[in-house]
Amino acid sequence: MVKKTVSGLYLAVIFLFLYLPILVLIVLSFNDSKSRVVWGGFTLRWYSSCFQDETIMNALIMTLQITLAAAVISTVIGTLAAIGISAMKRRNRAIMLGATNIPLLNADIVTGISLMLLFVKFTNLGFVTVLIAHITFDIPYVILNVLPKISQANRYTYEAALDLGASPLRAFYKITWPEIKSGVFSGFLMAVTMSLDDFSITFFTKGAGVNTLSTMLYTELRKGIRPELYALSTLLFLLAFFLLLLMNYRSDRQVRQHAGHHPDRASA
Amino acid sequence: MRRLMRQLLAGPYLVWIAGFIILPVGVILYYAFTTADGAFTFAHIAAIADPVHVKSILLSLKLGLSCTVVCLLLAYPLAMILSSFRFRHQSFVVFLFILPMWMNFMLRILSWRLILANSGIINALLVRLGFGPVKLLNTPATVVFGMVYDFLPFMILPIYNSMTRIKDDIIEAARDLGAGNLTILAKIIFPLTVSGIISGIIMVFVPALTSFVISDLLGGGKVLLIGNVIEQEFMQGTNWNLGSGLSVVLMIFVIASMAVMNIFDKDGGGAAVW
Repeated sequence: MVKKTVSGLYLAVIFLFLYLPILVLIVLSFNDSKSRVVWGGFTLRWYSSCFQDETIMNALIMTLQITLAAAVISTVIGTLAAIGISAMKRRNRAIMLGATNIPLLNADIVTGISLMLLFVKFTNLGFVTVLIAHITFDIPYVILNVLPKISQANRYTYEAALDLGASPLRAFYKITWPEIKSGVFSGFLMAVTMSLDDFSITFFTKGAGVNTLSTMLYTELRKGIRPELYALSTLLFLLAFFLLLLMNYRSDRQVRQHAGHHPDRASA
Repeated sequence: MRRLMRQLLAGPYLVWIAGFIILPVGVILYYAFTTADGAFTFAHIAAIADPVHVKSILLSLKLGLSCTVVCLLLAYPLAMILSSFRFRHQSFVVFLFILPMWMNFMLRILSWRLILANSGIINALLVRLGFGPVKLLNTPATVVFGMVYDFLPFMILPIYNSMTRIKDDIIEAARDLGAGNLTILAKIIFPLTVSGIISGIIMVFVPALTSFVISDLLGGGKVLLIGNVIEQEFMQGTNWNLGSGLSVVLMIFVIASMAVMNIFDKDGGGAAVW
């Protein structure tokens, strides 16, 4: 009994630690006072001024553009690469996977700097360089999510489809795609997660005038904090909450479809 | 023939590897080993021996290690508690730890600044209770605190994953054979979670060692980590060669720490986070 209380208390403290800053931001976003410690009554005005703030809106749009473009492109390149890699001989596969590990294991700051050093030799820093950098660190996550699905898949059914006269595209769509779909989807989500939250690599590869939320906030934070940013945080938190809830619901349903009897063995 | 056709699908990625993974590493090595005029030199690598740089790399190692140890001490009991609760949906637990990570980390660090500042929430409470304002921001301890906050989920998830894979039968068998709780922990649970611990350590230590944003925002420019020194060489100073030299040294530190961790990882696999 005592053990249970202690465990519960410990859990509560850790969750407080993780969620306290988010809670503070949400409370402050409704506070009708610029002060951080005085409650000046309930208001929604920071939300309306947040939407009228050009700096915030531009950064938000830029973030969404880069995240989505990078995630889509890296999912396509990464999925094709995973299919290709799975057909390779052992040694070539090891080389490809070794190279794939470099952006994963390298420090973000070093990846960002080395890409910047390369870019400035050929072009000006801007939207395109940030996009290329994001694709570069997104692809490994796609490959690592898709590759296991391909190895699990039965490759002879694909061959059989070809032998029976299906075109490669049709065989891919009918045979391979259903087996790797979930891996491609989780790879895409990982790419979105990484792109959305990246600061270091964007910071070094962006040119003047290009700002994602992270780099915009970094500049803002040095100048001082505006209450509009509290409103922005609350909105982002709600967005993340609903997106993750949706994914959770989706993966739960998938697990139930696949493994009917063991809902508690749901993989994370 | 078909096999070759399939391999060709990796073509675009091969080009990408050559252009944006291998080539940048080559460029940074070139910068690191040349002077501004293009002559070969070791000076930028040797610059790590400069007292200022030695101080910052030692501080980085110290704060990175502290952060890793604190994360491990917090995460291990937590993972044990979580895995002892038989949740109907384990993914819900993971959900609770991933959710904060989906909100921009800059905003969460901003919030800690609001909470810890001299005129912030904690100090407002302290003053009301009669203790004077306490300086909580801009110290190395605050930087470690921020790192622990940011990286803790990366320690929890791999350990939790490896713990949920332990079969109840094994623990019951040990109990039937007379093992106490401590013996079970030391002889069964711990050895079976080593690979999770190692993934966790790597995923926390490497970003903590190389971080420069948290120290900048919570350390107020007073805590100079090696990452901050490199960032300043590129963004404020103009000595890109020196900055590249120090980056290469940092890369070596990262590789070395991973090599050390690999010695302990006998399973080889390591537990994936997601």
